[in-house]
Amino acid sequence: MNSLVQFSAGQFNEGLVFACPEIFLGSAACAVLLLDLLLKDAQRRWTGVVAIVSLLITGGMVAMQPVTGKIVALGGLFELDRMAQVLKVVTLLTVAVVFVYSTDYLQRRAILKGEYYVLGLFAALGAMVLISAGSLITVYLGLELMSLCLYAMVAFDRESSIAAESAIKYFVLGSMASGTLLYGMSIVYGVTGNLELSAIAVAVNNGLGDNIGLIFGIAFLIVGVGFKFGAVPFHMWIPDVYQGSPTCVTLFIGTASKLAAFALAMRLLPEALAGSQPDWSQMLVVLSVLSMAIGNIVAIAQSNLKRMLAYSTISHVGYVLLGILAGTAQGYQAAMFYMISYVIVAGGSFGMILLLARQGFEADRLEDFRGLNARSPWFAGMMAILMFSLAGLPPFIGFWAKLGVIQAVLGVGYTWLAVVAVLFSVVGAFYYLRIVKLMYFDEPTDAAAIGGSLLMRTVLSANALLVFGLGVIPGTLLQLCQRALQ
Amino acid sequence: MTFDGRLLSLLIWLPIIGGFAVLLLGERVTVAKWLSLIVSGSSLALSVPLWAAFKTGTAAMQFVERSPWISTIHSEYYIGVDGISMPLILLTTFTTVLIVIASWTNVEKRVAQYFAAFLILEGLMIGVFAALDAALFYVFWEAMLIPMFIIIGVWGGPRRVYATIKFFLYTFVGSLLMLVALIYMYLKSNSYELAVFQHLPLNLTEQTFIFLAFLAAFAVKVPMWPVHTWLPDAHVEAPTGGSVVLAAIMLKMGGYGFLRFSLPIAPDASRELDWLIIALSLIAVVYIGFVALAQRDMKKLIAYSSIAHMGFVTLGMFVGFQIAAHTARTTGIEMGLDGAVVQMLSHGLVSGALFLCVGVLYDRVHSRDISAYGGVINTMPKFAAFMVLFALANSGLPGTSGFIGEFLVILASFKANVWYAFLAATILVLGAAYTLWLVKRVIYGEIGNDKVAALKDLNGREFLVLGVLAVAVLLVGLWPAPLLDVMRASTAQLAQQLLVSKIVP
Repeated sequence: MNSLVQFSAGQFNEGLVFACPEIFLGSAACAVLLLDLLLKDAQRRWTGVVAIVSLLITGGMVAMQPVTGKIVALGGLFELDRMAQVLKVVTLLTVAVVFVYSTDYLQRRAILKGEYYVLGLFAALGAMVLISAGSLITVYLGLELMSLCLYAMVAFDRESSIAAESAIKYFVLGSMASGTLLYGMSIVYGVTGNLELSAIAVAVNNGLGDNIGLIFGIAFLIVGVGFKFGAVPFHMWIPDVYQGSPTCVTLFIGTASKLAAFALAMRLLPEALAGSQPDWSQMLVVLSVLSMAIGNIVAIAQSNLKRMLAYSTISHVGYVLLGILAGTAQGYQAAMFYMISYVIVAGGSFGMILLLARQGFEADRLEDFRGLNARSPWFAGMMAILMFSLAGLPPFIGFWAKLGVIQAVLGVGYTWLAVVAVLFSVVGAFYYLRIVKLMYFDEPTDAAAIGGSLLMRTVLSANALLVFGLGVIPGTLLQLCQRALQ
Repeated sequence: MTFDGRLLSLLIWLPIIGGFAVLLLGERVTVAKWLSLIVSGSSLALSVPLWAAFKTGTAAMQFVERSPWISTIHSEYYIGVDGISMPLILLTTFTTVLIVIASWTNVEKRVAQYFAAFLILEGLMIGVFAALDAALFYVFWEAMLIPMFIIIGVWGGPRRVYATIKFFLYTFVGSLLMLVALIYMYLKSNSYELAVFQHLPLNLTEQTFIFLAFLAAFAVKVPMWPVHTWLPDAHVEAPTGGSVVLAAIMLKMGGYGFLRFSLPIAPDASRELDWLIIALSLIAVVYIGFVALAQRDMKKLIAYSSIAHMGFVTLGMFVGFQIAAHTARTTGIEMGLDGAVVQMLSHGLVSGALFLCVGVLYDRVHSRDISAYGGVINTMPKFAAFMVLFALANSGLPGTSGFIGEFLVILASFKANVWYAFLAATILVLGAAYTLWLVKRVIYGEIGNDKVAALKDLNGREFLVLGVLAVAVLLVGLWPAPLLDVMRASTAQLAQQLLVSKIVP
């Protein structure tokens, strides 16, 4: 049996090179925290600027790391492969974009505080640790670092009682899920005698695949993963937290944390437990079908856009799980492509809510989008692109995402699952169309001009146009995902 | 080949890019209108060389363009036309120009967006007819829903929201099932190329499921009974231009899909299930014919008439299997296919023209009820002449385009089974009944009311649009040979394909 950590000081120093971006981001977060103390309220915007710049620098550092195969460092705690590289860059960019959208919103609502950025940076760091985790210890460490920051961010608007309620709900349920995950990890450790993911994989392959204890442990892991993803039946927190949080935090939870959840699933299931793939695939089939069904059907009944997008997230998680449960390299690539494209689209959609929000007005009801085409044809067009993409229509990126996962499940013979998936996406189309209907077919009830700084408008437009551009030419991103998971 | 072999691409992308340019013009209405006219006019002009340089006598794809698109799924930007798709592309460019001219003054709100939607739609529709790669085809096929959804929803009648969402969801369900079938074949052949699909060996069970998935997509689009119910709603609520595109081109996509996908990819399943299509087609012809007779709304009547006529198209496509069962030759199959294609084109012209006629009346009286009119001939003699001509073409009068297709299909069904021909021929009787009765109630008789008495006859713009259509209807009716020559090689090849089983023993 291995001890928890075993390596010499020399090896440790060597390994630090690979963790440079994480170290930089951690230091930057501390620096931002200190910087914020020195700024007056009127200058608070600069906290955001520095935070965004440090995210971009970290992203650049990750992108420049030469990754050819899988690099294991720090005594197996840290692992750097192509998937980690791509996911980290996407996560960092996403958080940067989230900060751009948030700055405007926080300023207009007069709740601009430095803590938002500091917590966001630490959450991003947690996500990076999780993405690069090479052992169950680091998986848990990264996950908790991220989750704790998110709990605090939800409660960040102190005046809002609904936000406090959401935060408590999120915290209590999230802790339970983390506990369950930890319990599952301890069982897996007990059965395989290892914490390192690659060592667990070897142990499982060497005849532990059918071990009843291991399967028992996997069930607990699935609960934890399902909760972090927000898959049915572990989705209860999603609608309340999405609706109750300040929209800029919803945006954070809806995008960056989903990428981390994806990494969590990929590290635990295909990487560590490839040997018992048939077992966890069956569990994921149930989660996936339920998520697609409940997510899409319940979303129809929502009148709050944030809540609707929450159920929409649940349904999209069902599609991501389709790719993972296929258990093939092609399936994992499709799932990764789906996750990344969903994050791009969801980022834009929440960004639209942030754009329309102003002092004392949240713009999170469906009604608030009524007649947007008359108020601003440009942003109505952008929102329409995002909604059609969520509905999975070509020529938008959401279509290729759906195509990929359906191809993956058909490839392993789950024809019925493919048919179920497409039928539920028809159900899903209905409520996305309703937004388009409100924007285009109805007359506005609200004549206020569209706010937002030039930067935010530009980034948001670029975000939506990216959904369109990648939909017409999806090859690059598809190739990136293919190379990340060969 | 002209334009360095990029003619088809130009035809697809010029209207789309032009449409976005118009969109960006925003509220500069006059500029937007003229730009739309220029773009759609240029597309029509560009489709002339497509016709002129088209080589008849070969079934091979022409004007082929092929370049890599998405390497990870082996999908290519692969387009080309044959004798079946080329006339449909011409129909598309022709109709779009007429729509732009016909809508010149009768759109009140968001004018630039209206014209932009039609231009983008035009490019996408040409893309559907030209795509030779299934993934590319699917992208165009689905993307087409977006502008149409907007057109009906923004500029439509009072129940437009219900109609457009119904239209969207109906077509979306069918299309997604088709997508599953396409992916299934991709996984078997590792290619999205249509020609590869057509030669891919598939056993009967696979073919049956694929056929049914395609049927879900195309039957909704055609539309066939019993999934036709979205069409009357969509037609009634759509603005005139929207109705014209729906009737003239979108419905043809279903027929085109049968010719390009169902029949050649699943020939054995088509043979096994031909009874199903024939039965549904005959129900459409007879039952929907009676339904049309009972309508009080002009647009609804023409919509039901469209369903009945499209039933004829599907009948013509599938009746051949029964001929082939007792004669070894392909002539009967070819005749049915020729008839089906001609009928599609003719119906495109005639139903488009009829919807434009209704639009002319609606712009003046703002009612689609038949009972709101009567004796229109007294105040609008020129209009009445056109309307009567198109009505006669709709009922299949010899000398008009309507006759050629119907005649060929009835002839083919005669060879298959006398009863089919008997039932199919009821369309001539019923079609004449409901169209002529419509004409009688709207055009002839005493002047119905004050509004009719105050009607002004066609202005120059309307005269131009209807006049051009009238010439086209008569030209195809009197001299169909050039059209038949264009498509003959392609339908003959398709007929051959149908007789060869794809099942590997």
